[in-house]
Amino acid sequence: MKKYISIFKVSFLVSSTFMLHSCTAPKAYQKIYLNDAEMELAPKKAEKFEMNSHVYREGASGANGGKTGGGCGCN
Amino acid sequence: MRKLSLAAIGMYIGVLSAFSQTTTDSSAYKNKKLKISEINFVTGYYHQDGDHSPVTGGVGTEKLSDIATTFELKLNKYDHKNRRHELSFELGLDHYTSASSDKIDPNTISSASSQDLRIYPSASWSITNEQKGNAVAFYASWSNESDYKSKGAAIGFTKTSKDKNTEIGIKLQSYFDKVILILPVELRTGPFKGLSDYPRSARNSLSSSITFSQVINTRLQFSLLLDLVYQNGYLGTPFHRIYFSNGTETNEKLPSSRFKIPVGLRLNYFLGDKFIIRSYYRFYHDDWGLTANTFNIEVPVKLTSFISISPFYRFYSQNGVRYYAPIRTHTPSEEFYTTDDDLSKFNSNFEGIGVRLSPPGGVFGIKQLSNLELRYGHYNRADGLHSNIITLALKFK
Repeated sequence: MKKYISIFKVSFLVSSTFMLHSCTAPKAYQKIYLNDAEMELAPKKAEKFEMNSHVYREGASGANGGKTGGGCGCN
Repeated sequence: MRKLSLAAIGMYIGVLSAFSQTTTDSSAYKNKKLKISEINFVTGYYHQDGDHSPVTGGVGTEKLSDIATTFELKLNKYDHKNRRHELSFELGLDHYTSASSDKIDPNTISSASSQDLRIYPSASWSITNEQKGNAVAFYASWSNESDYKSKGAAIGFTKTSKDKNTEIGIKLQSYFDKVILILPVELRTGPFKGLSDYPRSARNSLSSSITFSQVINTRLQFSLLLDLVYQNGYLGTPFHRIYFSNGTETNEKLPSSRFKIPVGLRLNYFLGDKFIIRSYYRFYHDDWGLTANTFNIEVPVKLTSFISISPFYRFYSQNGVRYYAPIRTHTPSEEFYTTDDDLSKFNSNFEGIGVRLSPPGGVFGIKQLSNLELRYGHYNRADGLHSNIITLALKFK
């Protein structure tokens, strides 16, 4: 399974590098794509309960804008 | 004379420019009265089943159903300094039925432990200076279920760059919780009649979250998230049974402190005109020896400007805490022990699809209903635990 995790990590880095090829800070009028609701850098409202169930059923939590621990009888 | 004329023209231009700066633009009007800006209603149904319940020592049904609903009201106004104030009030309700929780006291035919209702209201107040790019926010939360009470408070600061391409935020959060120590029926030593008869123990959680967001180009942006979390107090679950290798029985025992470090990276990319790639990776480590990797990808496809479908996939892997062992493996000489598979070594997969509608005239012609999203997900874990979840989110503006 470590092999799969490594594949994920490498894919993530490669695709990130590919997308980073043109680093130019856009002006406000150039943000039509960035301002799309689906581009928001946060979990969607509809993901809320999915994230909660993961906090209950898995040992890890946090760093995703959701629960970090405490506040409920979860891990 | 020429000097006088130049001075007069200069003064005239000066007066004109002064007026031009103070003239108010009606299009930039900002409401000074508190107004409802948004209402969010989210409801979901979750069902799981498995065969490794820690309530019965690591074997037995994990069947559980949960209906969850949250209702959020957001209001905002601008003050005399043109700072935006946003107030948010949320009420959450979780009602669950659990076959394994009913085994805490199997002698009762329909015990209170078989179902529970969690109520969790919260409120926040943020003040944003849009000109300076500063924001401060205060949060308060409360949660109550039959065997768990929680009070939380947090404060957050955000700084946004002038071009709004960079943002850094810090949030300090605390929870002061109480766990009611309900033991499995055969391990109780006193005559407990009601919940008030059981002893209680504290669980405190302190966390700091740092977020750095950056726009890279017209189609790509990312955010880096770092949490530092410290918990102390009673961190186990009192009604989880442990069957030792020598045949004796006790309940779960875990250390009284835990330090967690999760680091996350969220990267969103708009591909062409119809595809968006939402990706997320998290590395997690804590001092109980648990290391985990989470990878999530979602690809919303825009069928039209206002309708999108979003298939998603999440892969999760953890190595398990050092205190975990399967049923009848622990020995009484060990200091800590758990048979909770949630803390064991496993991989899990979660996949599903979402649909989002946000037409300009309102969903189904209802003007105030600006957004509807419906999601379904299926989860399966290497130990056989599987679940389904369906969520409906409505946004009114």
